[in-house]
Amino acid sequence: MSSYKQVFLSGKVALIPFFVLGDPDEQTCLEIIGAAIDAGADILELGIPFSDPIADGPTIQKADIRALRAGMTPQKALTLISRIEERWDIPIGLLVYYNLVWHFGPEAFYKQAAKAGVNSVLIADLSIDDADEVYPLARSAGLDTVFMVSPNSSDERIRLVAQKTTGFIYAVSVLGVTGARDTLSQSAIDIITRTKRVTTVPVCLGFGISRPEHAAAAAAVGADGVIVGSKLVGLVEQNLSDKGQIVRSVRQLILQFRSAL
Amino acid sequence: MKEKGRFGQYGGFYVPEVLIPALEQLEDAFFRFGLDQGFASELEDLLSHYAGRPTPLYYSRGLSQLVGCTVLLKREDLLHGGAHKINNALGQALLAKYMGKGKLIAETGAGQHGLATATVGALLGMEVKIFMGTTDIGRQRPNVLKMRLLGAEVIPVTGASGTLKDAINEALRYWTANVKDTFYLFGTAAGPHPYPKIVRHFQSVIGREAKCQCLDMFGRLPDVVVACVGGGSNAIGIFGAFMDHPQVRLVGVEAGGLGLDSGMHAATLEKGKVGVLHGARSYVLQDEHGQIIESHSVSAGLDYPGVGPEHSYLKDTGRAEYVSATDEEVLDAFLFMTRREGILPAFESAHAIAWVMSQAGRFEKGQLVLINLSGRGDKDVESFIRQRPQVVGADLKDSEHKGL
Repeated sequence: MSSYKQVFLSGKVALIPFFVLGDPDEQTCLEIIGAAIDAGADILELGIPFSDPIADGPTIQKADIRALRAGMTPQKALTLISRIEERWDIPIGLLVYYNLVWHFGPEAFYKQAAKAGVNSVLIADLSIDDADEVYPLARSAGLDTVFMVSPNSSDERIRLVAQKTTGFIYAVSVLGVTGARDTLSQSAIDIITRTKRVTTVPVCLGFGISRPEHAAAAAAVGADGVIVGSKLVGLVEQNLSDKGQIVRSVRQLILQFRSAL
Repeated sequence: MKEKGRFGQYGGFYVPEVLIPALEQLEDAFFRFGLDQGFASELEDLLSHYAGRPTPLYYSRGLSQLVGCTVLLKREDLLHGGAHKINNALGQALLAKYMGKGKLIAETGAGQHGLATATVGALLGMEVKIFMGTTDIGRQRPNVLKMRLLGAEVIPVTGASGTLKDAINEALRYWTANVKDTFYLFGTAAGPHPYPKIVRHFQSVIGREAKCQCLDMFGRLPDVVVACVGGGSNAIGIFGAFMDHPQVRLVGVEAGGLGLDSGMHAATLEKGKVGVLHGARSYVLQDEHGQIIESHSVSAGLDYPGVGPEHSYLKDTGRAEYVSATDEEVLDAFLFMTRREGILPAFESAHAIAWVMSQAGRFEKGQLVLINLSGRGDKDVESFIRQRPQVVGADLKDSEHKGL
């Protein structure tokens, strides 16, 4: 299992696509992920679908509903990850909502996630203030930690996040939920700059990274990676009737991002 | 945050990072203004001269005869807007004003909290957006029209079930993107810290008044205090004053829907498991994988798969007990109250009444049972007639139904 450290030490800006596990179904999801890796993804960020994703905009909400309707569960999601790990050697960040972890049993969840081949677990609705509820579990399972900072986080909070982060800091580019956006906001540039100023922990930018030029702009101000979510997940939604087209369009978009970085 | 916002293991603030600064700011403002004397007297003035406090404590002859003891109703239904929600809406809107935020957003289920927010928005000259599930918009039409009339924008939320849960999700998402100038006026004693404490604070006036009134009228405290529980704001509001009197039995009545074994209910405390929903750890209705399930209730205001964290704590400690009333029992209670007392209770409040009615003969004759009649039922007339058309004449034509 390759590590985040290997990716960040390689010197290139990490391209991190996000997909919802089991969207639109397990088999297609595997094919999409395979195409993304072939086209140059360095790390995968994968979400377990949840009924009430408060940090997500409409595109990912719909993906969650599709995956849930197709029968995805946290247990099946971990099995799907182990299938990905069997085929490809790539670091995987898991994105979940706290209720799923809580219901599974936090200790068991972290252990099984590690066993499946996950490198880190990011809980969207668990802030740094309550990091201690999961930090020891993550470390004893041998996982890295990932926490979020956002444009309205104070420097003091960013420092706290950096102290607890062993993988990378997930910098949210805007005040808002996930979703494709036309332009990269000034707040995205500012949060990267501010975070880089207070820590040497790698910083990856997410939320609204929809175009290759957004990724290039983030890289230019020092981002160590970019997370592309809604734009890719939207391709699933737009091509539901032609699964081959989903895979092709994902591959093409990842190639475009890759060449921009 | 200055505090953890815990009630035992429950509560907390489980939200995305982007909301933390907004909650910190709110907590700070609440500690600074909310407990300040000048703020308190401005609020008190509005509560008495605008909202209509104190509300009466009414001896219900009809219920007393039926049940076999003395039944008292705390008449929150007589407040401006028709429900206890105005207590909290005035308090939080004033807080928003002191914080210099000119825009209010709120979620609503039955429409009572949305209506209260739209009302105070009009009063204080603030822009109001109300998030409401499409299912609820369908069953609470009169309140939707009133909110619009008051100048609020009602934003329909589809989500999974189109009810309160989805409305809260969407309000939280909107707030995330607009935290700088927008105040989220949360309607129930749930959600992330500091909301459960803020809502309890502003609703505690119900219990304080009722306690004094009971002492004045009977020279003693009630034996039983009963309130309906969805998120649980009216219940926490009336329970508070009696919390430190262990001899007073506290009963919260959840929505039993079609029955607790039907899977179609909103009895979170009786049938839920501990989890995290809308920023707090509490009991939650969820499936075997931890996905939140859709609740069901005839009353939109109780149709919520979560519950305020303090209620979870009171359940675990045994200080309060939680029971339920079914949709049918609620319709019976609604009709009984209209025919015997000339009072239309909100479907939500009718749960508390229904449970007391179900206990007929089980209370001792001299006992005092205090029910929080948290809202009035004008909004539910249409829904009641749809389900019991024979009550107003089974030969009503379809066209007349629609005109109701």
